[in-house]
Amino acid sequence: MDKHNFGYFFHEGISNMFSHGFMSFAAIGITVACLLIMGTFTLVAVNADAQLQELERENEIMAYVDDTYTSEQARALQKKLEAVPGVTSATFISREQATEEFIKKYPEDEVFQNLDPKILEDRYTIRITDLKQISKVAAQVREVEGVSDVRAHEEIAGGFITIRNIATVICVALILILFVVSVFIISNTIRLTTFDRREEIAIMRMVGATNGFIRWPFVYEGFLMGLMGAAIAFFLQWLLYNAVSHGVASNDTLQLIQVIPFQELWGVVAGTFAASGIVIGVGGSLSAIRKFLHV
Amino acid sequence: MIRLKDVEMEYDNGTQAIKGISLTIEDGEFVFLVGPSGSGKSTIIKLLTGEVEPSEGRIMINGFSVSNISERQLPLMRRTLGIIFQDFRLIEKKTVYDNLAFVMRAVGASNKEIRSRIEYVLRLVGLEDKINSYPTELSGGEQQRVAIARALVNNPSTIIADEPTGNLDPERSMELMELLVKINELGTTVVVVTHEKDLVDHFGKRVVTIDSGHVIGDGVGGYVGGNIHG
Repeated sequence: MDKHNFGYFFHEGISNMFSHGFMSFAAIGITVACLLIMGTFTLVAVNADAQLQELERENEIMAYVDDTYTSEQARALQKKLEAVPGVTSATFISREQATEEFIKKYPEDEVFQNLDPKILEDRYTIRITDLKQISKVAAQVREVEGVSDVRAHEEIAGGFITIRNIATVICVALILILFVVSVFIISNTIRLTTFDRREEIAIMRMVGATNGFIRWPFVYEGFLMGLMGAAIAFFLQWLLYNAVSHGVASNDTLQLIQVIPFQELWGVVAGTFAASGIVIGVGGSLSAIRKFLHV
Repeated sequence: MIRLKDVEMEYDNGTQAIKGISLTIEDGEFVFLVGPSGSGKSTIIKLLTGEVEPSEGRIMINGFSVSNISERQLPLMRRTLGIIFQDFRLIEKKTVYDNLAFVMRAVGASNKEIRSRIEYVLRLVGLEDKINSYPTELSGGEQQRVAIARALVNNPSTIIADEPTGNLDPERSMELMELLVKINELGTTVVVVTHEKDLVDHFGKRVVTIDSGHVIGDGVGGYVGGNIHG
């Protein structure tokens, strides 16, 4: 692009946009709606994924040793547990250590201060490699001779996996559908502009303007509409996300869910929205102008 | 130089508009192209501007082979031409300056070049005081002079005018033709398609007469081949 023409293209792009105010408004509105819906589902998926990772970090299964086992017999189980497929490590906790931890955990509760270690069982904390395999691994641990009981957060892990999977599928489907809808609407808006200026385009071609020169103002128009849509969608997404975060934090049932602060996500959200908006806008304008360039 | 060699043109609907025309127009010539309606004049203009490709034969314009020109070469060929239309084809929402400037921008001229060149061509056509007017504020003759200025603004080697006086009264038509003769005297090749017998006779230039897709006359001093209809 010639540097002399940059200002001209930019001016023409803005001028085109305002000359079809209502259609431009509609196209920007659709882009905002599409990005907002895409963004919302993506953020749900991102948060579900973060929760899963947190669970994976704490992916412990607690295996309790039969209380008829002596301390030596209980310690001897370690190798058997570590041999179970999917187990990363098994750490022995004696009933005395467990009692100490219990007392530390409830320092203000006098009932627990003189707790007899005999009422607790020797146990193992078992780390696993893949949270998705938690049920399978827990079942195999349960089969190990000398293990009396196993506790695993299977339902919570399963819930998060389901949420993440659903959000991902919806996200991908919505992104594809809304992307096509946005490109179509922006393309039609710019086609209207192009139709309005077909005489001008014909004159440009007759005086020797290249297709590139003719195309640039329309590309700028699409670019600006996409970028404006992305900016508006970003601020709305910010407001929506903060409102939902506060809602989750103040709800007794939902407050266990750790929502990622928007401050940690805004860069990625802004970048993704801007890139998507520009691709939608420029893609729409290129598709609209194509047929007018074969005169 | 413009050279047509055994050019034939058949449209997709089967109409044979041009039937084996050969014609040479040298650099710096002034040529009237005349003929009745449907004779093939407009098709020749379309062939010269690269809007359509000939079915047969060769066309050379200012060093470009138009018969098989590439997408990339077509704009470069058109930059050697200045085209004037009967209906002026000015952009109403742009001022006279902007109508001329966008043509120069299309070929990559700088703002400084644009300003000085536009002032020059508007002086040439006598419209320097209308630089900020809109086409709707001008008379038909003034609009056509703006169209001439637009054709001249990129300093083409050839001007092709398609019925340039079609929408003007006789007095304005004469003034406009005198302007084209003046431009020709400055070294630009001028091809004028017209059906106005008085103008053709008045200027005594070379006249090529077309009828039914053939050249039926080519000479100096007046039209050849009988009555000419609009």
